[in-house]
Amino acid sequence: MDKYRCTVCGYIYDPAIGDPTASISAGTPFDKLPDNWVCPECGAPKDMFEKV
Amino acid sequence: MRPVEIKKGVYWVGVVDWNIRTFHGNTYSTKRGTTYNSYLIIDEKVTLIDGVPGSFAGEQIGRIREIVPVEKIDYIVVNHIEPDHSGGLPELMKLCPKAKLFGTAKSKEGLARMYYTDWGLQAVKTGDKLNIGKRNLTFIEAPMIHWPDSMFTYCAEEELLLPNDAFGQHYATSERFDDETDQCALMDEAGKYYANILWPLGGMIARKIDEILKMNISIKMIAPSHGIIWRRDPMKIINSYISWTKNETRPKVVVIFETMWGSTDMMARKITEGLTDGGVEVKLFDITRSDRSEVNSQMLDAKCFVFGSSTHDNGMLSTMAGFLEFLNGLKPKGRIGAAFGSYGWAGGAVPALENFFKEAGIEQALPSIAVKYIPDENELKRCYEMGVELAKKITGKA
Ligand SMILES: Cc1cc2nc3c(=O)[nH]c(=O)nc-3n(C[C@H](O)[C@H](O)[C@H](O)COP(=O)(O)O)c2cc1C
Ligand SMILES: [Fe+2]
Ligand SMILES: [Fe+2]
Repeated sequence: MDKYRCTVCGYIYDPAIGDPTASISAGTPFDKLPDNWVCPECGAPKDMFEKV
Repeated sequence: MRPVEIKKGVYWVGVVDWNIRTFHGNTYSTKRGTTYNSYLIIDEKVTLIDGVPGSFAGEQIGRIREIVPVEKIDYIVVNHIEPDHSGGLPELMKLCPKAKLFGTAKSKEGLARMYYTDWGLQAVKTGDKLNIGKRNLTFIEAPMIHWPDSMFTYCAEEELLLPNDAFGQHYATSERFDDETDQCALMDEAGKYYANILWPLGGMIARKIDEILKMNISIKMIAPSHGIIWRRDPMKIINSYISWTKNETRPKVVVIFETMWGSTDMMARKITEGLTDGGVEVKLFDITRSDRSEVNSQMLDAKCFVFGSSTHDNGMLSTMAGFLEFLNGLKPKGRIGAAFGSYGWAGGAVPALENFFKEAGIEQALPSIAVKYIPDENELKRCYEMGVELAKKITGKA
């Protein structure tokens, strides 16, 4: 599964880890994240992420 | 008021909003009013940077007309699309429909959603330059400081940085420059602005300032979109921002509570006495009677937060809860805390406050104090001691 990088702060979304701060379980691919999910570091919306 | 020439050929054409008393809805009290700064550069291409709210469009247009016919505007730089800076655009664009707009890709997207009109804004990126004649403008994207579309504009020939909402203050004045105004009021408002709007963005702000300082550009003047222009000492505000982004705190405590019958109030005052006698600076607020954005300002440099509430339907009181929701969004880091409150039969407020500390990552420094109905002498003594103990912890004497 692809990792995605926040273009604002550099945070990497790794599907293998998910996002525990937002109760996103490990194994959730980036495109399955809810539309209102934001970068846990800087609050940037999903469309400010790019595939790495 | 005539336009103010801030540099040869560069004019302030904004407006002063003396009587606005709340901003961003009711989230920010603007006791000293505010200004919406807009800047007009007269060069081969007449360029306008930043705007004003829709209700002030006429006043801004009038001010521009004192310098040039509005129809002569060639370029408009949209550093930020929030309505306090873009609201005047529809009226302005009617008068100069050929003017070319510049902003970030996010600004293009946002303006389309706000005004349902395509003004053909050209999207720019960090490092892109716009030649306007003798001068060049360089754009610096500043995404999420504080909206996705945010951008700074820099003019090398004038050594002038136009950072829009960054480095601003909600402060209405007849003066335009830092050396002309009351320094205490100025820094008080700059700090309040940082605490209430920029606090959670500290990491990004630190990186952005670093990026700009590494560009090795000369900055002799910072002209933000609200309040006073920094010309005597632009580094003063940059250095203040740098220290705020470090989340530096002082041995200072903010005690905030809400009460129904006064018991939690009694406890709050005893804790405050203990803190005072313990030799630390303390501020005490009944949140139902306090201005929340002023309270946030006081929290910016405080090492310790003490929260109290009595129990109402198994939880804390709702004004306190609302305040904590606001505070949580500001992501205060590196603080310690303590909780207290009165209850009647089963409690609930104090555990809810403890839960807030846990979720916000604030380390609870002492066990909470919960008392049934009215605190007795012993319990008030415990409150006093909580204050003394906290003071010791903060000053490192524990
Ligand atoms: C200080 C501030 C913070 C904001 N934070 C967010 C945010 O975190 N996420 C978001 O989607 N919108 C955020 N917004 C944008 C507002 O939700 C948006 O402007 C909305 O259209 C306002 O609606 P209203 O006019 O009903 O208040 C924020 C706006 C301001 C002024
Ligand atoms: Fe803004
Ligand atoms: Fe603004």
